[in-house]
Amino acid sequence: MITRPGRLAVCISALIAVFLLMPLIAVIPVSFTPNRYLSLPDGDWSLLHYRALLENPGWIKATILSVGIGVISATLATSLALLFSLGIWILQPRHAGLLMGIALLPMVAPPVVSALTLYFFLITLSKFNSFIAYDTWAGVALAHSVMIAPYAVVLITVALAQVDRRVDLAARGMGAGLVRRIRSVILPSIRFGVISALLLTFVLSWEEIGVTLFITSVNAVTLPRMMWMGLRDNIDPAIAAISVILIAIVVVVILGKTLWQSRAGALTK
Amino acid sequence: MTPVLPRSALLLVPLLGFMVLTYLVPFLGIVEWSVTLPEPGFGQYQTALTDPLVLTVFLRTFRICAVVTLVTVAASYMITLVWVRGSPVQRLTVEFCVLIPFWISVLTRAFGWLALLSTKGIINTWLQGLGILTEPLTMVRNEFGVVVGMVHFLIPFAAFPLASAMRTVDERVLLAARGMGATRARVFAQIFVPMTAPGVLGAALVVFVFALGFFVTPAILGGGRSVMAAELIYLRIFQSPNWGLGAAISVIMMLGVGGLLAVLMRQVRPAGPR
Repeated sequence: MITRPGRLAVCISALIAVFLLMPLIAVIPVSFTPNRYLSLPDGDWSLLHYRALLENPGWIKATILSVGIGVISATLATSLALLFSLGIWILQPRHAGLLMGIALLPMVAPPVVSALTLYFFLITLSKFNSFIAYDTWAGVALAHSVMIAPYAVVLITVALAQVDRRVDLAARGMGAGLVRRIRSVILPSIRFGVISALLLTFVLSWEEIGVTLFITSVNAVTLPRMMWMGLRDNIDPAIAAISVILIAIVVVVILGKTLWQSRAGALTK
Repeated sequence: MTPVLPRSALLLVPLLGFMVLTYLVPFLGIVEWSVTLPEPGFGQYQTALTDPLVLTVFLRTFRICAVVTLVTVAASYMITLVWVRGSPVQRLTVEFCVLIPFWISVLTRAFGWLALLSTKGIINTWLQGLGILTEPLTMVRNEFGVVVGMVHFLIPFAAFPLASAMRTVDERVLLAARGMGATRARVFAQIFVPMTAPGVLGAALVVFVFALGFFVTPAILGGGRSVMAAELIYLRIFQSPNWGLGAAISVIMMLGVGGLLAVLMRQVRPAGPR
C-alpha cells in the first residue's frame, strides 16, 4: 500500500499499543510477591500465590464448574442458534429483521438490565423447583445460554451468507427433503462457522461475570465469581497468579493460531 | 383458514420460544416491579427522575460515558489506521495488541489496572523509588481509574467497526488527491476522515451503549466511590434494597439504549443499498 500512515500516527499508535498491553504485563511481577497484599516483589520473588491456587480447593472447584457450565451453555446456545439461523436462511421470512431483533436482544440490551431480567427469571423458577433456580449450576448454565446465543446467531448467519443458494436449490430440485438438505448440503459448508460459534460462546460463558453476579451467591461459584470475591474488599494476590495463567493461555492460543495460519498459508502458496 | 407455514418454520421456534420465555417475559416482570413496588403507580419513575442522589448518578454516568467514548474512539481511530494501512509488521503488532486484550476477561484487565495504579501499585512504587513523588498518587477509587479501565476495555470494540469502515475506502481516491498536490495532512483531514465518518459514528454509538450498561470495571476501579447507573441498580437490588427503584432505572436505561440504537439504524440505512 502506498498511502501509509504518517510517522506521528505510528508513534501515537505505539503508545496506545503499550497502553493496551500494560495492565496485562503488570500482573506478572505482582503475582510473585511474597506479601499477602497487592505489592511488587522487591527482590524477593515467591511462588506463594501459585501454591495457594493449588492448595485452595475452591479454585479447582470453581474452574471445573466454569468449564462444565461453559460446555453445556455453549452447546445449548449454539444448537438453538444453528436451528434459528438455518430457518432464517431457508425461509427468508418477511419479518426477518424483527425475528433477528428478538434473537439478538440479550446482546444489545445493557448487560445490567439483562442481569436483572435473568435474576427475576431464576428467582421466579426457584418458587417451583430447586434444580434450575437461583444460585444453582443449572440456573447459571441456562442464564449463560441466553446471553451467549446471540453471538452464535451472528457467527452462523455470517457463515450462511457465504453459502451458494443454487447448490441448495439443486438439491431441492432433485428431491432432497429438508433434513437431507441441511445435513448433506448446508451443514458441511458452514461447519467452520458452527465450530467458531461453539468456541466463542464457550469463552464468553467461561468469563461471564455481569449476569453471574446477580444470579449466584455461595453455591454456584464460577471462576470469575471467585475472582470477583478476591477483588472486592482486600485484594488477594492469588488473583494475580490466576490472571497470569489465564493471560498465558490466551497468548499461547492466539500466537499458535497465527503461526498455524501463516504456515497453512505458506503451504498452499 | 390460516395460511400453512412451510415445515422449515419449525426451525425458528426453539430459539424464539427460548428468548421469549427467558428474556421477554421476565423483562415484563421487571416492568411490573417498577410500577408495583413498593406501591402501585409511577412513584419510582418520579423518584428516578427527581431524586438528587439518583440524578447525580445519572449525570456522572453520562459524563463518564461521554469522556470514555471520545477517548476510546480517538485512540481506536489512530491504532486502526495503522492496523489497516500500516506495513505488514505494524499490522501484525497492532492485531496482537487489539486481539489479546479482547480475549482476556474483564476481571483480569481491571485487576491489571489495580496492580498498576493503586497506592501500593507499580507506578506509585516506581515514582516513589525514583524520588519523584513523596506521597502516592490516588489513581483508583475515583473517576480517573474508571475512565482508564473502561477505555482499555472498549478499544477493541471500537477498533473492529472502524477497521471495516477504513477497509472500504478506495485507495485510488487518496492517490488522486496526492497526485493533485494535496499534502498528506490535507488528504487525511479532508478525504480520509470524512469517508470514514459513518464508521466513526457507529463505533461511538457501540462504545457509548456498552459503557452505559457497564458494571464490573466501574465497580472494581471506582471502589464504590464513583457509582454509575449500572452499579446503582446492583446496589438497589442487593445492598440497600429498593427493588422498585432498581427496576425503574433498568427500564429507563433500556428505553435510552433502544432510542440510541434507533438513531444508529437510521444512520446506517441510507448508506446501505445504493
